[in-house]
Amino acid sequence: MSDHTEYAERPNVLNSWIRERLFLGLSIKEYLKSLITPFNVVAGIIILVGLPFMVMRFTQGLVAVTHASQDQPWSLFLSWGLFTGVPLAASGFIMATAVHVFEMKDYYPLVRPAILIGFLGYFFAVVFLLFDLGRPWRLPYPMVVSYGTSSVLFLVGWHVALYLSTQFVEFCPAIFEWLGANRLRRWALKVTVGATIFGVILSTLHQSALGALFLLAPGKLHPLWYSEFIPVFFFISSIFAGISMVIVVSMVTKRVLKNRIAPHHAANYDRLTIGLGRAAAFVLLTYFCMKWIGVAHGNHWDLLNTSWGLWFLVEIFVFVLLPCFLFTTGVLNRNAGLIQFTAILTILGIAVNRFNVSLIALNWKLPHREFFHWKELIIAISIITIEILAYRWIVNRMPVYREHPEYKEVHF
Amino acid sequence: MRISRRKFFKISAVTGAVSIIGKSKSTSVARNFSGRPDRLGVLTDSTRCVGCRTCEAACNEINKLPKPKIPFEDQSVFEKERRADSTYYTYVNRYPHPDKKGKWIYRKVQCNHCDEPACASACLVAALKKKPEGPVVWNEKICIGCRYCMTACPFYVPAFEYSNPYSPDIVKCTMCYDTRVSKGGIPACVEACPMEAMTFGKRSELIKVARKRIMEHTDKYVDHIYGENEAGGTCWLYISGVPFEELGFPTDVGTKPYPELTKGFLTMVPAVLVIWPALLGGFYMFTKHREQLIEEEEKTPEKKEDRK
Repeated sequence: MSDHTEYAERPNVLNSWIRERLFLGLSIKEYLKSLITPFNVVAGIIILVGLPFMVMRFTQGLVAVTHASQDQPWSLFLSWGLFTGVPLAASGFIMATAVHVFEMKDYYPLVRPAILIGFLGYFFAVVFLLFDLGRPWRLPYPMVVSYGTSSVLFLVGWHVALYLSTQFVEFCPAIFEWLGANRLRRWALKVTVGATIFGVILSTLHQSALGALFLLAPGKLHPLWYSEFIPVFFFISSIFAGISMVIVVSMVTKRVLKNRIAPHHAANYDRLTIGLGRAAAFVLLTYFCMKWIGVAHGNHWDLLNTSWGLWFLVEIFVFVLLPCFLFTTGVLNRNAGLIQFTAILTILGIAVNRFNVSLIALNWKLPHREFFHWKELIIAISIITIEILAYRWIVNRMPVYREHPEYKEVHF
Repeated sequence: MRISRRKFFKISAVTGAVSIIGKSKSTSVARNFSGRPDRLGVLTDSTRCVGCRTCEAACNEINKLPKPKIPFEDQSVFEKERRADSTYYTYVNRYPHPDKKGKWIYRKVQCNHCDEPACASACLVAALKKKPEGPVVWNEKICIGCRYCMTACPFYVPAFEYSNPYSPDIVKCTMCYDTRVSKGGIPACVEACPMEAMTFGKRSELIKVARKRIMEHTDKYVDHIYGENEAGGTCWLYISGVPFEELGFPTDVGTKPYPELTKGFLTMVPAVLVIWPALLGGFYMFTKHREQLIEEEEKTPEKKEDRK
């Protein structure tokens, strides 16, 4: 394009740029029309219902939407948003390590989805945290104002902040391809391996640190869940949590956003899913054994014969050993469907474990306990809905599950 | 790579600092150091307490806390076992005497001002601090409201102002640090008590007083000073005529200082910072080299044929 014509056509160029990047190549009118789908209507209603409760939380205080317990200060916002959300977002560091460090190239198509899941998981963990903090505008204080260096939470805060930034950098190639920013894209690709290794360090430390937070509650957390090994439990379980998230999210994406996935990738997914299931089965088995070492180390065998013990056994047999068995069966029978189902079960299991540690088995001796308020649940569901919409928005626009046509030839 | 390395140094500096500070703190904790010898404390003798709640009223006044719904003279407040709340720093609960029917025993609850506070070690902005004089105080200016101190406190002491959307405070006893103790005074509740159920002074002296009372009246007291070793030792001490669990005292807090519980984990941090880059970086070099060899082989077709 010559200089003369560029000037004359600039508005059109800009318009078409916006149209291509933001409105999926449709005109604004067409785009708005295309938004009216049953899914969007339901999502919209959920968010509209949640909105007034969100406003209540920030105008009337936490008492308006939570049980405001002095004994159990943390509830659903953290048990779900932070303690469950962060391990599920471990997918980014696991897939990036597999592909970029160990060069398991087969899994390349799943790296960007995994990093996106990770980035959104951490981003929304911070969103949940903002809802839960008494003075959310002071979120950066541990980084810039005052350092509580003896605190495990200080480590969590720093690492979540740094890792969120790292994952953003790791996702940058997709963003720059979308924006057509070549030079920036090349720059972003150069740091991939470094960012990946940095991400592993940060993930190891803060995934385990989330568990280490509860080391300070020996009298409050039930002995079957309290263990010196709790940081190790949290770290190991984040590995199969992340793997399961990749399996489930890519499955759902393949079904719902079919045209956003490159066909040659989609054809491969069953094979990759089986590989992931195999890895998950192995990690689950390690975790299962480790859990028993925890019981033995604390010598809590007698507690297994109580109602808490029964619940503990449910957790590790139904949500750890059973998925391990099902993953193995799925791998042996080459049954991707079974592996996908098992991944859902595993994710549920992670939620059960994190809720047990951070909510259900915590303060188990107190006679009167409330877990969480229904208004909290409504806000949480709204936030999750927004997270899903954000994910879809990105997948619809950026090259996540496919190569960008202009960068097809470049391997990375 | 360069950027990530710079970032890596940044984080290792910070987390390294965490571990170094954590370490130096905990070596001073270990065995030899048992706190500043002059630190102050209070001894509560629950055999003297009559449940008049004068201490609660004095505390309410000096700390300008909201007036309670049930007035301080009203005994109906004892019908329910109270717990921490954001409207008071201290409260008195009533318990039936385990042996003598119809007789009540009272327990005054407030922050125990641990020698090595769990809350202070939990606070990620160091808003909670142990003063050299003994009191554990909270800093309104930096608290972010995460409430980890509440989860960490083995005594369920800190409370949170859930109903305040703009500046919710952590609410707990300060041992009247700002208003009285730092100026050489004594805590309001201690001064107000008509039964002299509380004694204020150096913690080391208070332990002697407590021992003396127990020794002179072995029939009156159980042979235990609650707080001497609980949670690594507290500045607020108690003696009682009945076992402490009868008065709702937490008896599962152990004798280890709470910061010790996370020490091991924080010590692991620098190890991870070194091991992962070494291990993963090493593996990356392996795989990268292998890739190069494969590529070279592919480029030289004669060799490839040779191999075939």
